[in-house]
Amino acid sequence: MALASLHPDRMKVRLTGLRKSYGEVHALRDTSLTVPAGEFLTLLGPSGSGKTTLLMMLAGLIVADAGEVWIDGKDATFEPVFKRDIGMVFQNYALFPHLTVYENIAFPLRMRRMSEATIREKVERILEIVRLPQVAGRLPRELSGGQQQRIALARCAVYEPSIILMDEPLGALDKKLRDHMQLEIKRLHTELGATILYVTHDQEEAMAMSDRICLMNNGRIEQLGTPADLYFRPVSVFAADFLGGSNIFKATVSNVGSNVCLKGPGDARVKADALGSLKVGQAVDVMIRPEHIRLLANDDTSDNAVPGILEQSIMVGPVTRYYGRLSDGTPIGAMHLTRSPHRAAQPGDAVRFGWSQEHTVVIQRAAAVSP
Amino acid sequence: MKGTATGLTQRLHQWVRGWGVLPALVLLVTVFLVPVSQLLRLSIIDDTGQLSSEHYLRLFESGLYFRVLGSTFNISLWTTVVCLIAGYPVAYLLATTTGRARSSLVLWVLMPFWTSVLVRSFAWIVILGRQGLLNQILTTLGLTDAPLELIYNFASVIVGMSHAMMPLAILTMLAVMQNIDRNLHRAAATLGARGSHIFWRIYFPLSLPGVAAAGLLVFITSLGFFVTPTLLGSPSETMLAQVIVIQIDEMLDWGFAGAVAVLLLVASIAVFFVFDLVLGMSALTGDIKATNSRRGGSLTRASARFGYRVTAALGWIGAYAGELYDRLPGRGKVQATERRRVILWATVMAVVIFLAAPSFFLVPISFSGSSFFEWPPRGFSLQWYETLFASPLWQQAMIRSVWVGLCTAVLSVIIGTPAAFALSRQKIPAKSVVMAFILMPMVMPHIIVALALFYAFARIGLVGTSFGLILGHTIFSLPYAIVTIMAVLRNYDIRLDHAAWTLGATQLTTFRRVTLPIIRTGMITAFLFSFVKSFDELTVALFISGGTSTTLPRQMWADALLNVSPTLAAVSTLILAFVTVVIICGEMIGRRKKAY
Repeated sequence: MALASLHPDRMKVRLTGLRKSYGEVHALRDTSLTVPAGEFLTLLGPSGSGKTTLLMMLAGLIVADAGEVWIDGKDATFEPVFKRDIGMVFQNYALFPHLTVYENIAFPLRMRRMSEATIREKVERILEIVRLPQVAGRLPRELSGGQQQRIALARCAVYEPSIILMDEPLGALDKKLRDHMQLEIKRLHTELGATILYVTHDQEEAMAMSDRICLMNNGRIEQLGTPADLYFRPVSVFAADFLGGSNIFKATVSNVGSNVCLKGPGDARVKADALGSLKVGQAVDVMIRPEHIRLLANDDTSDNAVPGILEQSIMVGPVTRYYGRLSDGTPIGAMHLTRSPHRAAQPGDAVRFGWSQEHTVVIQRAAAVSP
Repeated sequence: MKGTATGLTQRLHQWVRGWGVLPALVLLVTVFLVPVSQLLRLSIIDDTGQLSSEHYLRLFESGLYFRVLGSTFNISLWTTVVCLIAGYPVAYLLATTTGRARSSLVLWVLMPFWTSVLVRSFAWIVILGRQGLLNQILTTLGLTDAPLELIYNFASVIVGMSHAMMPLAILTMLAVMQNIDRNLHRAAATLGARGSHIFWRIYFPLSLPGVAAAGLLVFITSLGFFVTPTLLGSPSETMLAQVIVIQIDEMLDWGFAGAVAVLLLVASIAVFFVFDLVLGMSALTGDIKATNSRRGGSLTRASARFGYRVTAALGWIGAYAGELYDRLPGRGKVQATERRRVILWATVMAVVIFLAAPSFFLVPISFSGSSFFEWPPRGFSLQWYETLFASPLWQQAMIRSVWVGLCTAVLSVIIGTPAAFALSRQKIPAKSVVMAFILMPMVMPHIIVALALFYAFARIGLVGTSFGLILGHTIFSLPYAIVTIMAVLRNYDIRLDHAAWTLGATQLTTFRRVTLPIIRTGMITAFLFSFVKSFDELTVALFISGGTSTTLPRQMWADALLNVSPTLAAVSTLILAFVTVVIICGEMIGRRKKAY
């Protein structure tokens, strides 16, 4: 990604100290964020986490209580919406119901006083790109959900705004269509080279599409980084829990050396890679992804091997999920690629859960620091 | 610090937009609230301006006015009962039917709503009169020897008033019924409820707030009626509003008329109060949950228990009847729903004919050769139309009515639109109070407002002017206009505006090219409704317009008091034709723009 030019004024979007509250409710607390040109950034988080508020402020549809919005190195905090040169795709598409598809897409071009010939040319081209040239004369209500979605994209892309904002644009579509549209949006991103800010609460969608993910919680940025950053190095229990499956245990640091030793549930000894700033006796959380946990056979060895009981195994196609308990009753989940049944452990068996030390993620308490 | 300045203007913008409701409030305060309060004041001072209970003493002196009050309540109550019972099936059918059948049904039900009370009363004279349609049929069939006395009695007043009020009852009930989730039916059916149980235990209780609201509106509006009892009743059906008209028109006793008006006002408020005590005002807005749980009084709870048992019992009765019917030999069980539907449709069609048909009987009368309202009309002549068009009085009345109607409609929409925007989009302090105030003219007997305006306008020389009349009519049209436009705005997705802004449209362009085209239907409906309301309005016109500068309904009324001649049928026919054209235009615009 073009992360080379990190000088603040070369950033496409720079948000500093944005804040918004509605009465007692803090929709957004003192948030800063920079987005380089051409990036696909996803704002991810549960509902009410402030992601839509942030997007609306960038669009100029919500006025911040405090803070600044800089676009292309210019202060746009009080710039009216229509002058910001942004495109926005709304959750319910917001296609004008009284205008045909053609007129909907032509709308932003007319606002920019383009000639009729240019308009026709551009509209036809974008309809080709979204592969719906045949619906130009129809009204929005005569289209299917997926088609409406594509027209909304087309209307947003036709005037080639340098920033495109998308507010849960795939929320109303079914799974299959959503997967297809994800690819379509990625393709548009590449073709147009626009900076995209994308709001979603679906972590898979975020992982699949983003250059970077901005995870939000409770009106604050919880963690900002690439999908891999967030997945493998979550900085908080919330982040670990929100993205992917996770086993989270409370633990105490018992030894710090070439690697870290911890005392986990049921006094199980847990090893992790060395990590700075940990002190002996410190209370931490430990997270291990289920897919990193193996059910150890009798002669298997592993960095970590914790005894427990297997309670249930569920085969869900390509993978099988295992649910068990450690000796002190703490639940633990593991996930493997499905193997032939005769080798699998049976529910009720005493087993050992094992994982290598590099997969032990130590999360320090109250450590929600964004890079 | 350019940024701060722009921020300030933005905030100022929001602040200003919230005050879109201001013109409406100013108008209502000056032309509604102040005059009505003055009326109250006037009723407690005597001719010399001293505080006195003279008028009230006179009211309570003889039993006469109490008898009138009694008969007013009696007539209103029966009207309400008839409207609710006959209107309920219609509202039910409208709420549960879709498509073309529904829209044409709505059109027919609303028919009387659009035609004036005067025209409808004339129609009933044609049907119920001594030489009228009904008597004609009865004698032809040999059922009676001499014509029956069908008119100028209690029954004919109830018929006329029910005819006038039923559309209001149906629409009010429909508003609640439309919000009843259709899935509840299905859920009840899967839980094993028969049709009658579904209706009595699920649908009926849920529709009750609508019935209550309809009852209240019909009752309050009926209290202020004077046209129907005057034209279709005898002296023993005299209502309070008639007394007021007589006091003003014949006795010129304003103070006493004011006292009678106050009696009427107090009666209306008392009805509201009792309604609130028993059912709670939230029943008016159709808030089902609030009505059921908010009040914890033992009376309410007891009546709720009682009501539950009644509906449950009705459910069982229906269920047993249905089962019995099913056991009759040769009956297919499958057709139970079908059978119910047929009965429902038959009932509804009877009501709809009752609502829509009468006015049309005036058309042949207008071409009659005889100079009476008699059926069948004798001969054919255009003399009544000739009289009409030869008379400058009628012509002026027509022009004036159209002009006043147009101005009222324009004023209502111009003042109502910003108010509707402010009320549905902005945060306004005490919004529910503001809303209640704006809706007040809808539920207050017109005669009180008319009388109040008469006093107020007399002082500043507005009586007899078009301007005064327009102001008076706007008071009544404005609430309808605001409600209509608000209804459209409620379905309007604000994100369309946001989308237009992000696409580069300024606020003004957004309003012009996105907002306006979408809410245009609502604004046109508001315009047409205001126009027709004003065009048909008699009460205010009776007091405010006078002498040579009269409106069409006013002229018809004056004529009718002298002699009910086919001229009136001719005017009515013209009005019917005119209003029909207006409605069809409205429908066509509505159809074209429907279903966004």
